[in-house]
Amino acid sequence: MTRKRRRLYLLGLMFAALGVATALVLSAFRDSIVFFYSPSEIVEKRIPPDRPMRIGGLVEVGSLQRAQGSLEIRFRVTDLNHAVPVIYAGVLPDLFREGQGVVAQGKLDSEGVFRASEVLAKHDENYMPPEVADALKKSGHWQDKAGTKR
Amino acid sequence: MIAELGYFALTLAFMVALVQAIVPLAGAARGDHRMMALSRPAAFVQFGCVAVAFAALTHAFVVSDFSVINVAQNSHSAKPMLYKLSGVWGNHEGSMLLWVLILTLFGAAVAACGGNLPASLRARVLAVHAMIGAAFLAFIVFTSNPFLRLDPPPLDGNGLNPLLQDPGLAFHPPFLYLGYVGFSMAFSFAVAALIEGRVDPAWARWVRPWTLAAWAALTLGIALGSWWAYYELGWGGFWFWDPVENASFMPWLIGTALLHSAIVVEKRDALKSWTILLAIIAFALSLIGTFLVRSGVLTSVHAFAVDPARGSFILAILVVAVGGSLGLYALRAPQLKAGGLFAPASRESALILNNLLLSVAALTVFIGTLYPLFLDAISGAKVSVGPPFFNATFLPLMAPLFLALPAGPLIAWKRGDIAEALRRLRFAAVAAAGAALGTFYLLDGRSLLALGGLALAAWLVFGALAELGYRIGGGRLPLAHALARARGLPRAAWGMALAHGGLGLAVAGIVVSQVWQIERVVLMRAGDRLEIAGYMLAFQGVTRVAGPNYRAERGAFDVMRDERIVTTLHPEKRVYPVGGATTTEAAILTTGFADLYVVLGEADAPGAGQPLNRPQAAIAGPDAAWAVRAYWNPLVPWIWFGAVIMFLGGIVSLFDRRYRVGAPAPARARGPAAIAAE
Repeated sequence: MTRKRRRLYLLGLMFAALGVATALVLSAFRDSIVFFYSPSEIVEKRIPPDRPMRIGGLVEVGSLQRAQGSLEIRFRVTDLNHAVPVIYAGVLPDLFREGQGVVAQGKLDSEGVFRASEVLAKHDENYMPPEVADALKKSGHWQDKAGTKR
Repeated sequence: MIAELGYFALTLAFMVALVQAIVPLAGAARGDHRMMALSRPAAFVQFGCVAVAFAALTHAFVVSDFSVINVAQNSHSAKPMLYKLSGVWGNHEGSMLLWVLILTLFGAAVAACGGNLPASLRARVLAVHAMIGAAFLAFIVFTSNPFLRLDPPPLDGNGLNPLLQDPGLAFHPPFLYLGYVGFSMAFSFAVAALIEGRVDPAWARWVRPWTLAAWAALTLGIALGSWWAYYELGWGGFWFWDPVENASFMPWLIGTALLHSAIVVEKRDALKSWTILLAIIAFALSLIGTFLVRSGVLTSVHAFAVDPARGSFILAILVVAVGGSLGLYALRAPQLKAGGLFAPASRESALILNNLLLSVAALTVFIGTLYPLFLDAISGAKVSVGPPFFNATFLPLMAPLFLALPAGPLIAWKRGDIAEALRRLRFAAVAAAGAALGTFYLLDGRSLLALGGLALAAWLVFGALAELGYRIGGGRLPLAHALARARGLPRAAWGMALAHGGLGLAVAGIVVSQVWQIERVVLMRAGDRLEIAGYMLAFQGVTRVAGPNYRAERGAFDVMRDERIVTTLHPEKRVYPVGGATTTEAAILTTGFADLYVVLGEADAPGAGQPLNRPQAAIAGPDAAWAVRAYWNPLVPWIWFGAVIMFLGGIVSLFDRRYRVGAPAPARARGPAAIAAE
């Protein structure tokens, strides 16, 4: 086994490993990347249903409803131009409030209702998820007060 | 006054670091022994100054000196003493000070124990180390001064983020930093060796203990962080592939690779330039980790600082350190003499495979972590790359690694016999097959992941045992003789078996908890019962209690098995009036083999079905229904149990006699018997 042969084997092995990794990464990118949309984008761009995605905005004041005797919760996520209805069954994060920022992960159903599988927590009162801040900036309703910690 | 003293000590440390970075380097270039000798006292003085500054900040936190902005913003007089102390590093400025404290401590340690290093190498190592120190001290002094005053001082402070008020998290940053900073030592040695133009086994014997210590500390730091996320965030999971987690995981992966490739340099004088490259990358990833979590690019509990100046400063340090060292590498690496030859079937090749798979795995994590930032920067599209991505890329790369792992230590250096190694592993193979069959039987073959995962876990654990058994001659030699050989085994051998076996236990914990986890989310009223995994949870209602610095709603759940009460679990929702944050405290019953995990959600107010405001504002009556989330997490404790065993393996290996100060000369000097035993 000469040095040259060894180097050749090593390079071959390295390219094989890199190739496998690239293939894995590319196929995973196709299937498992989750895009984020603001309520306006969902309404205006007619996003097709049944694709995993995240939406974010404010929980519309007065929209939170809880079904009697079940865990089902309905609310609307708004960027103050458009609002999207959301249904979620489960335990809400600690700081989920009306009028506060929220990010939900899930899928749109065929009637344009967002079925959330996960509602994401935030860490403190003043914190605004950056995606939500951007969504509000895009809709022109961003107030600096809401994002003092950002 | 004490705060000013601290600031003064910090600036002094910066000056000393500058001198230490320049003079010994120039001295080493000119062969001037007096200039080189300066590096040792300078390292001690630098550490002393930083220690004084750290003590001054700790003092301000302990006595709650709210005239210091940092204390006013991050502490509160009503906080328990442990969290006043951990508050010192529970904020941006203080955590950077802790980072520098550990950095200078390691520098002083090299100066103290480095008596047997060649004078020029020691001077260069300490000079490179001082450059890192100077950069971070400048960062603190110019952008993140922890000693700024506030006038007039407030009556009380803002308190520490309640999520961080936790014993597990109090020690998470120090261990993580011990790891990150430990890699800075390997980095300094690598750059010094490049300047020197020489890498030999003696160099590797110096680098390996530092890498080992850093790796062990990082292992424990990551385990503490994940344990905290498990019981504090109340989601029942232990690893979320969150960018912040990945930021500490990438240096760990490359550090693990470095740990193994340094063995090849030490024993066989081969893979030298690759090892140097790994040392540079491990530290670069530590810096990237610091940049990601500290700059506010990512939002999380860790993002204290959202001052753009700070982000750019760390980015500048990163660019200079990585660019400079890689430039030097490109210039000098070709001059390093290539080492000994080896056959494709050899320990060297096994370790190369380990390195290759670990590096490529780290690369996929890197891509997944940075892709959203990259996409946001170029197109403004917001995406999130979550667990599915990492499960699809990272896990397939781990399978061959774990498959090959037990065989590696059984193959001889230079030219080995794979068939022979596999024969020695036959019992491990039987155990793995047994685990696979058992899983198949339990699951009716439904989950390939569980089947393969558990077989690999058994393969790892029993492979480590088989390797240990082979070395002491178990089965071939009489018991007394085998025990004598066990005592005589080098500590590094024990450490390796522990680390590999611990990995197997952690893999078992991860696989089993993923496949057999049971989750129940229900509404419960006082008196209701919930059946989960053979346990009956009887809800006794919720009471209000007051903690030292919070108010809580505390649920009571009697845990029953066969109609007998085993224990009572008390999950809580806490409100911290200072800062107004709410946290969820999960209640966990653990048997060592499984956890019963209960989280209290929000209450259903009277008149449900109507639009309701924040449930907490409504007063929950005695007949209110509460959202309750319960998990049965089998084998989850083994994840941390395994991580602690890996940590212990690192520590045991660290005390191997060949790393002892003044240890006898390189392996070459010892007889062939000694080499064969390793």
